[in-house]
Amino acid sequence: MKIKTLALATALAALGTAGLAEPLKVGMITTLSGGGAGLGIDVRDGFMLAVKQSGNTDIEVVIEDDQRKPDIAVQLADKMIQSEKVDVMTGIIWSNLAMAVIPSATAQGKIYLSPNAGPSALAGKGCHENYFNVAWQNDNLHEAAGAHATSEGYKNTFILAPNYPAGVDALTGFKSQYKGELSGELLTKLGQTDYASEIAQIRASGADSVFFFLPGGMGISFLKQYADSGIGLPVVGPAFSFDQGILQAVGDAALGVRNTSQWSKDIDNATNKAFVESFQAEYGRLPSLYASQGFDTANLLLSAMGKASISDAEAFRAALKEADFSSTRGDFKFGNNNHPIQDIYVREVIKEGDVFTNKIVGVALEDHGDVYAAECKM
Amino acid sequence: MSLILLAEQVLNGLQFGIMLFLMAAGLTLVFGVMGLINLAHGSLFMIGAFAAAAVAGATGSFLLALIAALAAAAAAGALVEVLVIRRLYARDHLDQVLATFALILIFSESTRWLFGSFPLFLNIPETLSGPVTLPGGIQYSLYRLTLIAIGLAVAFGLFLLISRTRLGIRIRAGESDREMIAALGVDISKLYTIVFALGAALAGLAGALVGAIQSVQVGMGEPVLILAFVVIVIGGIGSIKGALVGAILVGLTDTLGKLLLPLFFGLFMDNASATSTGSALASMSIYILMAIVLVMKPSGLYGARA
Repeated sequence: MKIKTLALATALAALGTAGLAEPLKVGMITTLSGGGAGLGIDVRDGFMLAVKQSGNTDIEVVIEDDQRKPDIAVQLADKMIQSEKVDVMTGIIWSNLAMAVIPSATAQGKIYLSPNAGPSALAGKGCHENYFNVAWQNDNLHEAAGAHATSEGYKNTFILAPNYPAGVDALTGFKSQYKGELSGELLTKLGQTDYASEIAQIRASGADSVFFFLPGGMGISFLKQYADSGIGLPVVGPAFSFDQGILQAVGDAALGVRNTSQWSKDIDNATNKAFVESFQAEYGRLPSLYASQGFDTANLLLSAMGKASISDAEAFRAALKEADFSSTRGDFKFGNNNHPIQDIYVREVIKEGDVFTNKIVGVALEDHGDVYAAECKM
Repeated sequence: MSLILLAEQVLNGLQFGIMLFLMAAGLTLVFGVMGLINLAHGSLFMIGAFAAAAVAGATGSFLLALIAALAAAAAAGALVEVLVIRRLYARDHLDQVLATFALILIFSESTRWLFGSFPLFLNIPETLSGPVTLPGGIQYSLYRLTLIAIGLAVAFGLFLLISRTRLGIRIRAGESDREMIAALGVDISKLYTIVFALGAALAGLAGALVGAIQSVQVGMGEPVLILAFVVIVIGGIGSIKGALVGAILVGLTDTLGKLLLPLFFGLFMDNASATSTGSALASMSIYILMAIVLVMKPSGLYGARA
């Protein structure tokens, strides 16, 4: 492969074309079947849209489905590195899968661009020069929710999240920015679908507001049951329970709920407007934050390809680190640990015609990095 | 902790148990009468929910949606019995587990192919939404009360069906000796199709009823399936009464465990570790219950065979 690449590069240089136009192979492992498939499909579609729009024919993308299972993700990663010989990897949605794949991939010299998962273990001591996160560090949106709860003047919030590492991180993230009291704190079972018991405890606790992190189907169930209970206290949460893919399934129960996100379809910049329009034209649905993350990931990669050759790893990493691409989020840059420094917004769920969606109502945290960056020795 | 909270949680446990019963009743009938382990029972639950969501979306009527859920799940059940399950009665349990596991994958991926990967919308009908105030000042969801009523009505109906009708006599006879009733001239393969479709319809009904307060998505049936197996093991395989008692026991244990265990550990631990220890133990509570029942009564509470 190396000889072939070298030969190709020499041939291209001899032809007098830019030596940068070297083919690059991307391995995308993401969740395309099972319960969490909506997220992976959005990341893939966003990524492929950016590739298509660039018209860049030097990029080849191999896509595989991890079924949300760590063992399958590891097998696929081995296959991509050993037999497909990819240069760059991306696509993983879930933090537990990310922890199974990313450390070994980066140790084998592959560049990894994370379009979603941002476990704290990879942001602090475990940071790596080959690992770039284009979405957020896991705590970020929860910290923003805590900041928002404080600025709204909530004094007695009830908080709940599933009992697994990302859930515990979520509660920690919220508490780090929240200044009021907690009227209760619950860790629920992962994958739980009935929240009657938790809702009864919220009612009995005398809380003035509720914070929850329940991604995917768990959030749909909670919101429907919460609305039906008639408690009516204000709710805040991270964007994961309010993204475009699941809002239609929640329906009226989500109307008016405040949620925090690094992206929204109404962020006012030309890139975002064009992205929302072209995504809708291409796939016939509104993009979600996952789609925007996939789109940004591909554009980051394309920007680096225009500046450096993948065979020169040092230069390619430097080109990625510059983050010289036009993000759908507006300002975007990397911190020392290759995680984003960005604004995090507060959005409100509204109804546009028949479609439930979000609009920005404020900024929760400006130019926000993450607390683990200090532990990273890069 | 107030008495009102406790009363509300008991209702929650009851409602959860009754929904489990609808799943477990079909499973225990199929297991008891036909001797078949059907892992695809959770897929029938999912089919019910998807059929209800599709019909409710098209017509806006929740009643029509429930009828559609019953019909779709029963039809899917009958079809599966005729095409696949019928070939498995003579095989051992491992073959049955393999074949019905394959059915789960087939059902899940075809549902995704038909409806897409994103969850569907199915909501509580307008007339049943919101809370009502019960005697004693308990605020409780009207829809959940309705679920309890529907579940109890189905349980009573099943009891009448099994004990008072000709079909029920045949089902009980098939359970004790299938060769003998075949020799007496009962069309056993038709009987099996009916039993399987009946179990499927109950699972479909549970899927539609629960789908309205949870999320209608691919793979929603499997977590419930595991609980339903716990219920029939506790109640005794093949016993409808056992399924009802087991389901309510599991429902109450799970709900009250989640409430009381963290409080209990809070008596002698700090708040954060009490929450995590209590939550961890609460998720184990129903399996501990199952273990205790199996030690005391190895064939389950109402199990006929050892």
